[in-house]
Amino acid sequence: MLCQECRKRAATVHVTQVVNQTKTEKHLCSECARQMGEFEFALSPSFNINSLLASMFNLEPQLAAGSRLRCENCGLTFPEFGKAGRLGCSQCYAEFRPRLEPLLRRVHGASVHTGKVPSRTGGAVRAKKEIEDLRRQLAQAVQAEEFERAARLRDEIRSKETQLT
Amino acid sequence: MSQDFTARAASKWMEASGPDGDVVISSRVRLARNLSGVPFPHGMGPDEASKVLAAVKSAVAEINRDNPLPLSVLSLDDLEPVARQVLVEKHLVSPQHAAGGASRAVVLREDEAVSIMVNEEDHLRIQCLFPGLQVAEAWRLASRIDDGLESRMDYAFEEGHGYLTACPTNVGTGLRASVMVHLPALVMTNQAGRILSAITKFGLLVRGLYGEGTEASGNLFQVSNQVTLGQSEEEIIANLEAVARQIIDQERQTRSALARDMGDQLADRVWRAMGAVSNARIVTSQEAMQLLSDVRLGASMGILSGVDQRVLNELMVTTRPGFLQQLAGKELSPGERDLRRAEILRESFPNRP
Repeated sequence: MLCQECRKRAATVHVTQVVNQTKTEKHLCSECARQMGEFEFALSPSFNINSLLASMFNLEPQLAAGSRLRCENCGLTFPEFGKAGRLGCSQCYAEFRPRLEPLLRRVHGASVHTGKVPSRTGGAVRAKKEIEDLRRQLAQAVQAEEFERAARLRDEIRSKETQLT
Repeated sequence: MSQDFTARAASKWMEASGPDGDVVISSRVRLARNLSGVPFPHGMGPDEASKVLAAVKSAVAEINRDNPLPLSVLSLDDLEPVARQVLVEKHLVSPQHAAGGASRAVVLREDEAVSIMVNEEDHLRIQCLFPGLQVAEAWRLASRIDDGLESRMDYAFEEGHGYLTACPTNVGTGLRASVMVHLPALVMTNQAGRILSAITKFGLLVRGLYGEGTEASGNLFQVSNQVTLGQSEEEIIANLEAVARQIIDQERQTRSALARDMGDQLADRVWRAMGAVSNARIVTSQEAMQLLSDVRLGASMGILSGVDQRVLNELMVTTRPGFLQQLAGKELSPGERDLRRAEILRESFPNRP
């Protein structure tokens, strides 16, 4: 059977739709089925999370098409990442930052890390986090009119800030 | 440690039964970490890969100096294919990692509660396993080992994105926490699908264990967190634990309901399984999982007495194809494996008078 659309290739996708008790059948080749957006079956046996990610990424043609973005450190291009679903090196995160944000939000619902910070590698980050934490405590102390505690916290924040710079 | 792990079926950590062991078999935490300044494993050359391994080896040697439970490093290329399959069957390495390759290694603690994959998808995959529902405990241990390694190596970490990983689905905490649950009553009453699909609304992922696709074999399911960015480790763990408690409750209630309303049928099913494991001559791997599930259910509901949970945990590994062949010391055809499997089951459940 030939594809109803192009009448060139063999029909391999058969779609049966029942709408309000009316049955319609379509016989398409995989090419036309894809173009008509009928189905995007995950037919490949090597389906994995990376290719899923890659397909999510391909939904944004403006990112996939014109992008000439390339990681200076490892040479990975953004379209290459789109295909493989994996980044080349840690620097890629900084290089592709603006393009990664929407993707991360879609996968995680967030794009900012709020968890553990390594003690050595993340030295400055950890200090900043501690200061933020102290500031929150300070605000609470002021609110509760615990001024002695507030003064102590203020001093602690100052000394941490001087260490940082 | 030579190659103990191939000789022993149950990892030592599995010998104790954990809290809520009637439903939760094990808890697992995995941390993905990478070294800064080195490309991620899939894009690095053999020199860089061996550099990573060397860095891990020297860090492990230092950690071992003041550690009562030493870690040992095994190169996958040095292991026989069957030994690698055993590592996979014991959930110590992933199937992809077991394929071996340049400087791929696994770091094991003697009790196998800790395993670290080196040069898998990320440079380091730190994994901790505990019996029963002990996700928080597993996280604490993994975090401590993480600290030990991080004090000797430079991690790829960024303020905004957290721990950087090859795949953006792991970035942030790099944490994947999971529990393996045994849900025979929910499956029997056709409730598993409904409950497990509700779970996905909490940002958790469910998959059948050992099964094809979503079909779970042996009524075993793995529930894990999907999101790794934007939540702290503690939040992720608390969320998983809370959902796990719900599942445990549902399964227990269903078990009691079954015992009340269909006690005879349930007992019959359990005893039939007992009859099969202690008498059958040919048992496929799939059938073994189902029989062991029934026996496990019977044991935890008091229908069967004198069945050691440890033996059941052990059989989950010993009846797998890789371990059967390791035990036989040679490759076996599927038919030969089914005979051996039946033999092992009969030895574990000697016929009672």
